[in-house]
Amino acid sequence: MKSKNITLIILGIFFLLFPFIIKSEYYQHLVIIALMWVVIGSSWNLLAGYTGQVSFGHAIFFGVGAYTAGIFVTKLEISAWWGMLFGGFAAMLIALFVGWVCFRLRGPYFALATLAGSEIIRLVATNWESLTDGMVGILIIQSFRSKLPYYYIVLGLAAACIYAIHLLMKSKWGYYFVSIREDQDAAESLGINTTLYKNISLLISAFFAGSAGAFYMNYMAFIDPHVVFSLHYISIMAILVGIVGGVATIMGPAVGAFVMVGVQETFRSAFFGVAPRWISEAHALVFGLLVIFVIMFMANGIVGDWGKIKRVLLGTRPSA
Amino acid sequence: MTVFLQTLVAGVLIGGIYSLIGIGMTLIMGVMGIINLAHGQLMMVAMYITLVLFNVLHFDPYISLFVAMPCLFLLGVLIQKFLLNPLMKIESILPENQVLMTVGIGMVLTEIIRFIFSSDYKSVKTPYSSSAFFIGDISFSLPMCIAFGVALIFTGLLFWFLLKTDIGRSIRATAQDKDAATLMGVNTGRITVITFGLGSALVAAAGSLLLPIFYLFPDVGGPFTLKAFVITILGGLGSTVGAIVGGVVLGIAESLGATYIGMGYKEMVGFVIFVLVLVFLPGGLKRLTKI
Repeated sequence: MKSKNITLIILGIFFLLFPFIIKSEYYQHLVIIALMWVVIGSSWNLLAGYTGQVSFGHAIFFGVGAYTAGIFVTKLEISAWWGMLFGGFAAMLIALFVGWVCFRLRGPYFALATLAGSEIIRLVATNWESLTDGMVGILIIQSFRSKLPYYYIVLGLAAACIYAIHLLMKSKWGYYFVSIREDQDAAESLGINTTLYKNISLLISAFFAGSAGAFYMNYMAFIDPHVVFSLHYISIMAILVGIVGGVATIMGPAVGAFVMVGVQETFRSAFFGVAPRWISEAHALVFGLLVIFVIMFMANGIVGDWGKIKRVLLGTRPSA
Repeated sequence: MTVFLQTLVAGVLIGGIYSLIGIGMTLIMGVMGIINLAHGQLMMVAMYITLVLFNVLHFDPYISLFVAMPCLFLLGVLIQKFLLNPLMKIESILPENQVLMTVGIGMVLTEIIRFIFSSDYKSVKTPYSSSAFFIGDISFSLPMCIAFGVALIFTGLLFWFLLKTDIGRSIRATAQDKDAATLMGVNTGRITVITFGLGSALVAAAGSLLLPIFYLFPDVGGPFTLKAFVITILGGLGSTVGAIVGGVVLGIAESLGATYIGMGYKEMVGFVIFVLVLVFLPGGLKRLTKI
């Protein structure tokens, strides 16, 4: 227990000092994006990993959060930073509706219903031009020129998200969530209102995903429906972050986020310009192959299968 | 009135093809209990096979159908045997691994095709692509009618296969109760492989039939996967009759939506139906027809 605390403190100090150690804006940008994915991945993990309701549509909440922040600027003319709070609430509002419809379904059907939901909302955002400006997207002016403020804001958000989920999973609610995942009927017969707790899990998850979306709007300063409601680059990426890192572990999505952003960037930039150009065109292919590989060989992710990975790397045999 | 009838006809005709896509999905769904999210992508592969045959050997798309179907059958068999079946044995927290796997497969197929053919829009120009005949004021597009007819034939054949042959009976038995089927001596592992192949072959037929009237690019699969999924929910999970009716209903609803609401919302009609079905008729049309 003690050594775990020390690791956490060292990690914390490292992340606090990171922008002073690495001055390159490019690497700072990558870490900011990775931290944003920590938030999205953790929120996905709460719903899918702990509560067992695999969402294929986390882009819904991410996108709604981003659009809330954007619309604050274009329509209400207030700062997009308000979106960090209200984007989360807007995502929760949508989540209420998503939950009302989708929790009628179980397992894979729930997953697909959320997928359909994200397609619906993408089409709405594309066609409702008076509110969202459609395919033109929303362009705002960044508040800061330096990356430092963004870095500390997203670091705070990620830390808050992980800590909140950590606390949540140690509470009574957390045990309810896990019991729903393990056996919904058994949980129901023990007197747990499964629909209520599934909705609670969804709402909390949506709030964090929405805040991450609002952060994205503030940081990137441009969104359009195809970016923030993208199936492959948001929803599937959220799942990958969770699965690669390890579902139903606190630190799993955090590890997964850094690994996935690293992999994505490595291939997108064709191994940072070393490899031939065509590699960068294959980065979506690598994504797909990674999905297959991870499911086949690392079903519980890096954190979940850490023992197995260590054995393979060190070449030792499993102790019986 | 003419506009309305015309819309209806167009909807029914495209609905025939949707049915063919939906049946493949519902079959796989019934036997394995998973939704195959690479379904539209498999169709896309079949369309590219047809395209290559047309460009290189000048095969008519309707002849290529008989090449594309076995090819896709084989592809489906390989996917099921080497990628999906092994997953049954892997212990993991989330049961949705197989669904996620099909997403991965779909992505890989799309990207491989993009690698080979680039993202350009392609289409096949046949002499009959834009020919049509008229009954009264209503025009019937010839390739759409052929597609509808062939779709009906394949559906009939599938029914005969499922009802009268040994393998067909085994498939239905596996869909009803996997454990019981195993106890009765059905090799369920083999049946899942055959079923996936069959579903892929059916969607390949749909792809070849669509090619003369549709355009083609690597991302064409995604929307069709979602359509097939909407059809399966609409028709009732695992119900073949439901898939046929669901396909036609979706076709009609989409063309009505495109005519009376606006082209931009055409895609959304399906999803609205989807939500309505889930809220008001969970279980889909299967609940009404009982088959």
